Amino acid sequence: MSADKINNLQAINWALDDALAKYPNVILFGEEVADPEGGGVLKVTQGLSTKHGPNRVRSTPISEMGFIGAAVGAAIAGMRPVAEIMLMNFVAVCMDQITNHAAKLRFMSGGQTHVPLVLRTMTGTGFQQGGQHSDYLEAWFCHTPGMKVVMPSNPADAYGLMLGAIEDDDPVLYVEHLPSYWTPGAAPERGKAIPLGKARIARPGKDVTLIGYSRSMQDLLVVAEQLSKDGVDCEVIDLRTVSPLDMDTILTSVKKTGRAVVVHEAVRSFGVGAEISARIHESLFKELKAPVQRVASNDSPVPFAKQLETAYVYSHADIVAAVRTTLEG
Amino acid sequence: MQSSPPSKVLLDIYRRMSLIKANDTRIIATMKAGRLTMPYYSSRGQECIPATISVLLTKDDYMVTIYRGIHDMLAKGVPPKLIWAELAGRATGTCKGKGGPMHVTHPESGCMVTTGVVGAGMPIGCGLALAAQVRGEKRVTVTNFGDGASNIGAFHESLNLASVWKLPVIFVCQNNRYAEHTAYAKGTSIESIAERAKSYSIPGVRVDGNDPVALYDVAKTAIERARAGQGPTLIEAMTFRFNGHLLGDMGEYIPKSEYAAAVAADPYPRYRRWLIDSKHATAAALDGVDSEIEAEVEAAMKFAFDSPLTDPIEITRDIYAAAAPSRAAS
Repeated sequence: MSADKINNLQAINWALDDALAKYPNVILFGEEVADPEGGGVLKVTQGLSTKHGPNRVRSTPISEMGFIGAAVGAAIAGMRPVAEIMLMNFVAVCMDQITNHAAKLRFMSGGQTHVPLVLRTMTGTGFQQGGQHSDYLEAWFCHTPGMKVVMPSNPADAYGLMLGAIEDDDPVLYVEHLPSYWTPGAAPERGKAIPLGKARIARPGKDVTLIGYSRSMQDLLVVAEQLSKDGVDCEVIDLRTVSPLDMDTILTSVKKTGRAVVVHEAVRSFGVGAEISARIHESLFKELKAPVQRVASNDSPVPFAKQLETAYVYSHADIVAAVRTTLEG
Repeated sequence: MQSSPPSKVLLDIYRRMSLIKANDTRIIATMKAGRLTMPYYSSRGQECIPATISVLLTKDDYMVTIYRGIHDMLAKGVPPKLIWAELAGRATGTCKGKGGPMHVTHPESGCMVTTGVVGAGMPIGCGLALAAQVRGEKRVTVTNFGDGASNIGAFHESLNLASVWKLPVIFVCQNNRYAEHTAYAKGTSIESIAERAKSYSIPGVRVDGNDPVALYDVAKTAIERARAGQGPTLIEAMTFRFNGHLLGDMGEYIPKSEYAAAVAADPYPRYRRWLIDSKHATAAALDGVDSEIEAEVEAAMKFAFDSPLTDPIEITRDIYAAAAPSRAAS
């Protein structure tokens, strides 16, 4: 890795380190996040407890309902907790604290309290972890008013969006894509936050708009390159923040191209793709040259065996086929 | 009874009990008259617990309560008029009518969260205490819950976390003998919830929650311990609720003899008699307190019903922060 490139894992570590250094009210906790326990199961938080002290960076018992609830309470009391839920599936054991409390307390208190909390979690298929260790569950949280959902796709964004999430005054679910932790990318500018709610045009184009986030971005950029050789010019949007959606960027692009394909690793039904597709149809029905297409994972639990896991997730060929469908109108 | 606190403190407890009882009585009457529509979980019978504990707290101490929590709110100092306006769905309510009886919040009084989910306040209480601990403050957090909540996972996770982190939190289990409609012994594996504290290496004390003098002593020890950085305490305060789970509940699941005995031991008149008999106050002085409270409740109701209804535009507000510069370091 050259000096101007870092990986996602390093980028998140930098952002947490910089936030802890800059803001005395940032605290960090989760299972095994402190150095005596290894500095995170994949070492994302390595070095932080040593540098910032065990009062502010703590390993927790395996007790998500307890410590995510504690993060909610600490946030109400003026702290900026960054709490880690080791794997995204484990959100299920603390959903009450997230959806009934973190997301709603600002509203239910009439704006007297708020919960500026960042929930870090990681997920993604590829390591044969089966049905309870690799789901993408972002739709649950996008469906919860009051929550924000951030899903970066590259190291520079991972850094800037983490700072943006910590500085944001609302509860943020920050989803990390486990299999690309070690993928290098351009290094971020230290200290610079990316505000939430703004998508990024990852590749400009004119024929069809490809919309993705997190893991699907790496696929979309490859497919766009591939299609350009066949004369299809794809515009690729990286949502960065999945909720609230940056509809301005999406609609401006689709107005130009008249075609859109949404791609995510989460299962297809009732997902983020459905919401984006619906909103595009509601706003641009007459300007569309073809119905919006969705590419997503199979509507089943994540399977274990390698060939099944591969079959569960969409392929590049699925994305190409969806683009072809929109081109046929 | 132990050596009792000074008369001034005892009268303060009485005043808070009377405030809770008077508000409860008026809320029920107003609901029956059709002027308030809401689910109401009356705390009549449990006044003594927060009235006693609150005299040991300051405004800066944090408190978490539950859907049966109006007694906790009033004792902690949430102004009655703001509670009444909240119940009446008015713009002047604590939460502008967006929270209701199950979510009254008033940080100025330390009423930080009121939850409608059994057990959910305990982890949040740990977090409030954690904030105080990280900042090196002396403030403590009192988190209230019922006997039923001691059977949900959040209880276990919170007591464990509070113990391993030595959090300045006091877990107050208001054991009113029924978890909704289920009698204590049918749903709870142990005779006394306080005994569960042993599993978490923290003090656990069962006390008559209807006896202010006994409870004062226990609460004082727990609060001092938390302030001194020695960690959490579990208090099991024994009590009874006179109006069932939800208002309208006819209490068929409560044996008649049990109910009659509880009413005969009603802590409010009992405490009043004790104050007079032990010469801490005269009947006339207590009547004076009661009249002042009656006037306060009357004024609170008037304030509420004279206030404008919350505008429906409010359903679009307070969902997210208004676009404003971030205040991470605030």
